[in-house]
Amino acid sequence: MIELDSVMLSRMLTAMTLIFHIIFATVGVGVPVMISIAELIGIRKKDKYYSLMAKRWARGFTIIVAVGVVTGTAIGLQLSLLWPSFMQLAGKVIALPLFMETFAFFFEAIFLGAYLYTWDRFKNPMTHWWLSIPIIIGGTLSAFFITTVNAFMNTPAGFDVEDGVINAINPLAAMFNPATPTKVFHVVSSAYMTSAAILATIAAVTYLVKRDQEYAKRALKLTVTATLVFSISTAVAGDLSAKFLAEHQPEKLAAGEWHFETEEGADLVLFGTLNDDNEITGEIRLPKALSFLAYGNFDAEVTGLDKIPDDEEPPLFIHYFFDLMVSIGMFVLLISGLYVLMTYVKKWNPHNKLMLWALTTIGPLSMLAIEFGWVYAEIGRQPWIMRGFMKVAEGATTSPNVGAMFLLFFLLYFVLGIGTLVVLRKMFKDHPAEVELEHLYTEVGKGGER
Amino acid sequence: MGYEYIGITVLWVFLYGYLIVASVDFGAGFFAYYARRTNKDHIMNKLISRYLSPVWEVTNVFFVFFFVGLVGFFPDMAYYFGQALLIPGSIAIVLLAIRGSFYAFESYGSKNNSVFMFLYGATGLLIPASLSTALTISEGGFLNVTEDGVRLQITELLLSPYSWSVVLLAIVSVLYISSMFLSYYAHRAGDKDALSLLRRYALFWSIPTIIASMTVFIAMSQHNPEHFDRLFDYWWVFGLSVLFYLVAVFLVYSEKLYGFAFIAVMLQFLFAFFGYGVSKLPYLLYPHVTISESVTPDAMGLALVVAFIGGLLLLIPSLVMLMRMFLFDADYIKGNK
Repeated sequence: MIELDSVMLSRMLTAMTLIFHIIFATVGVGVPVMISIAELIGIRKKDKYYSLMAKRWARGFTIIVAVGVVTGTAIGLQLSLLWPSFMQLAGKVIALPLFMETFAFFFEAIFLGAYLYTWDRFKNPMTHWWLSIPIIIGGTLSAFFITTVNAFMNTPAGFDVEDGVINAINPLAAMFNPATPTKVFHVVSSAYMTSAAILATIAAVTYLVKRDQEYAKRALKLTVTATLVFSISTAVAGDLSAKFLAEHQPEKLAAGEWHFETEEGADLVLFGTLNDDNEITGEIRLPKALSFLAYGNFDAEVTGLDKIPDDEEPPLFIHYFFDLMVSIGMFVLLISGLYVLMTYVKKWNPHNKLMLWALTTIGPLSMLAIEFGWVYAEIGRQPWIMRGFMKVAEGATTSPNVGAMFLLFFLLYFVLGIGTLVVLRKMFKDHPAEVELEHLYTEVGKGGER
Repeated sequence: MGYEYIGITVLWVFLYGYLIVASVDFGAGFFAYYARRTNKDHIMNKLISRYLSPVWEVTNVFFVFFFVGLVGFFPDMAYYFGQALLIPGSIAIVLLAIRGSFYAFESYGSKNNSVFMFLYGATGLLIPASLSTALTISEGGFLNVTEDGVRLQITELLLSPYSWSVVLLAIVSVLYISSMFLSYYAHRAGDKDALSLLRRYALFWSIPTIIASMTVFIAMSQHNPEHFDRLFDYWWVFGLSVLFYLVAVFLVYSEKLYGFAFIAVMLQFLFAFFGYGVSKLPYLLYPHVTISESVTPDAMGLALVVAFIGGLLLLIPSLVMLMRMFLFDADYIKGNK
């Protein structure tokens, strides 16, 4: 049984906040891209369906952003409330991107407000479209800045330590630490992919329940194509991340891949389970594939857990999360690729039941993959909060009240989760796209909706 | 001038900005609910929602900016305040979260839901109360600092007259600032009914505001005599504050120049807030943290200042655009857009 001391409870509370927040943050970063594309197509093709798509997505997006903002505020404060010693130390080196993230978000919030309330206010519709660009930039920059902080926790850089005192601080070197490029690429790309996939799921469900099929068809074509493009880039980013790990954080890769002995031509272990003696059973073994994955060379030497001190070894169960993340990524790539292929071959019907059912799964699955990916990334850094410099236990608060706060926040996220679902359902269930489209035509001239 | 002075000035400006915009927002939530309960909501709730809709997220950013900047410029504050404020800080987050998300639920989702309205109104008063705890604690006397960490002495906090005087001031000034702003906004919108109602609220809340301010002074003299003495070094700053208070109340009473009246309100709080702030220096947290000892290393200080200037260059034009689109676009205020 794990002891529920304030360190453990702080970890649990932080994990809960992040698991909840990342859903909204991911959608918050990715969906503006889709809204912007849909609005542009709508203007260019003069196709009202696409314009409506942008409007409907934007409307749902406001709810998601609101919850993203408040949970983001929560994690921002919790960093100091739960990890005061860590923030005191790390703040001297990595405060810059945290600070800049506020600006990026501020920028995004300003333009989001302007965008949402000015749909029909400009003579030239392109003027309104241009407002979507700063939203995308702000959202993606936020993701960039926050990810650099997480990257810093994995590969701290930009300072020296002498006798326990930090000096020679270089904030830019800390921000652009070795983990930053691959991590940012992976996070941003997977956020775009997941947002597109979620919108694809919604379109597929709409089509299946035989509502708004003209609308849903266009939505599917746009969202699934985007999912395909972004899942390819996510796969590339994932591959680069593995190569980064092999070089700079070998213990995380080794624990994730159950790679115990340092060797050349290392096998890649897929799935399987561990028995009590740490022996792998029921796995699929790809000869020399881990070496290839890590260095692009089948005979390269890959560091195993034997080179890592026992008390610095991450837990081995992260292997399951790694496998699940990759499997989902591959599945979504295949399904979206198949759909796109079918739309190009005249004889095939991409809107058959089986295809649509498969498409309904890609949104929730992609979101799960993001959660699994973060579990892998965060547990894979254990026992460190700042790798090589501070362990999680040294960074946590000593307050005896973390348990009560855990319950308080659990309640909060529960209420927010239910509220979000109820409001989103209400927003779209009673307002099908077809009805809204007719409404839109009759409203033109009156200045449209607010 | 070292980075500690630049840092604290920037932070204090942002906290002041938050005080003004958040007060307008918090008070508006309360008035909307109150109007609903007294069946006057048809008079002013449309006005309130037209103001609030585009700006609420911007309000929240001021707050985030302040605490991220505080930890950035003064990392030691993370250590002391982080441990001490676990409970009040968490409560504030929960209230802010409920308020922000339920506002969105209400305005984009189910209109005029009474429960949402109630939550929005109630949190508007509870949030300033809980946030003001942080300022109270910074006056010292409520923390137990040992080798094992920092503990907040909650009983002392709850029994302290100073603590309650600050809570009282926070709540009444929220209602005062908000009704002053909304009077101006109603005037701009040419909404006579809303104006006459809001003007009465503004005049009413001006009285407890000045009483609560005096109460804080008196309580401070008991709680932190050292800081109380320093306040008198800046007596003229507080004098100016009272002067602008009188100007604001006079203008609203005589039903003219509502715009100037609100500017006077802003100046009233500007002087009071900076008078309080400057008299407290060099302490951030009595007696444990001073700005010069806790300031971040120079390299980070420089980086933060550069980022701040760059950020402002980006944000100010954007904010001006937003304000011209909504706050000061007469057609929008009147509901024609």
